[in-house]
Amino acid sequence: MPDLGLNVLFKGKNLARLLGGLGVALKISLLSVVISIVLGIVVGLLMTWKNPISRALMRCYLEIVRIMPQMVLLFLVYFGTTRIFGWNLSGETSSVIVFSFWGAAEMGDLVRGALISIPRHQYESAAALGLSGGQTYRYIVLPQTVRRLIPLSMNLITRMIKTTSLVLMIGVVEVLKVSQQIIEANRMSSPNAAFGVYLTVFALYFFACWPISLLAGFLEKRWR
Amino acid sequence: MLTLQIGVLGILASIAIGIVCTMIQYFKVPFVRKAVSVYVEISRNTPLLIQLFFIYYGLPKIGIRTNPYACGVAGLAFLGGSYMTEAFRSGIEAVDRVQTESAASLGLSGIQILRYVIFPQALTISFPAFMANVIFLLKETSVFSAISLMDLMFTAKDLIGLYYQTTESLFLLVVFYLLILLPVSVLGSIIERRMRYAGFGS
Repeated sequence: MPDLGLNVLFKGKNLARLLGGLGVALKISLLSVVISIVLGIVVGLLMTWKNPISRALMRCYLEIVRIMPQMVLLFLVYFGTTRIFGWNLSGETSSVIVFSFWGAAEMGDLVRGALISIPRHQYESAAALGLSGGQTYRYIVLPQTVRRLIPLSMNLITRMIKTTSLVLMIGVVEVLKVSQQIIEANRMSSPNAAFGVYLTVFALYFFACWPISLLAGFLEKRWR
Repeated sequence: MLTLQIGVLGILASIAIGIVCTMIQYFKVPFVRKAVSVYVEISRNTPLLIQLFFIYYGLPKIGIRTNPYACGVAGLAFLGGSYMTEAFRSGIEAVDRVQTESAASLGLSGIQILRYVIFPQALTISFPAFMANVIFLLKETSVFSAISLMDLMFTAKDLIGLYYQTTESLFLLVVFYLLILLPVSVLGSIIERRMRYAGFGS
């Protein structure tokens, strides 16, 4: 049985530091999730609006976000805009900006899909029953949309949590950075630390995302 | 263009993994089926970056040597395989049970049912998801610079370091990603439209 380097975890405050790193990652993703849900609803409504200009704009926005890798977006915001506009962004702020920018587009598309999937006759029957526009949205459209939306947006949330691992590249000290530090610090005493520490990080991410995916799958089945 | 090369290799590998895993689930092979679903859960719920770090830095410590190139392809295939499995599986599940039953009552064998009845329909249904996965995987290749592969991202960083012309390098980076991904995206939506006509005649 070779030394797997798991013992490094129990030295000092290593485990607590790793969890703290995960906390930073989760904090960034939570902030961006909240922002992107709010913005995403607006974007989604704009997408279904019958105004060609706003639709074309939103379509462009979505395509840009779809096609650019998040990593490139992060670099653009962190290195690009700071140079061009001369302001000073911390790594965390720029990652929140990027993830919200990305999440709002994806969320907007989900909202649009959910709104479109409500059949026309639902609106028409609501009108026939004498409900006003606001009432139609409140009692007919929203409950159905939200049901379709929640499982999908939970999948998006897990994707955002996973993508936060990228912020390491722009110098935010999150879980992966912490694990690199731990490995460096223990290079002499336990050379195999890389295996154990990365395995732990792997497991941490898995247990952060797995419950959310499970819940999403469960809700999807239940509400079908 | 190392980015493209790894991307294509990784995607081909992940399609292969996806097909094998879907077949295993479709034919309900005992035990292996459980292993497949565990694999899908694990790789879907962890980021590619972590998987790469684990493969590249972690595995050599227990005696498995890899070079960054093979490691990149393996990581992409590991992640992509599960996404492809999901896409194909949802396609197969969406084909109505009636189809299988009527095919069986026409006297087709199990393989024939799959070949002539299920597969064409499932392909059409799962195509949009499949295309989205291809684009997703190509985008994920940008992560590889983390394990010191000379991909687009890494080259861009290198150029910034060399010439200190951040804006120009970043602009080129964006243009090159557009060059790679825009054709794929457009091609995907064209094929998707054609297949929809072919599938349902509407």
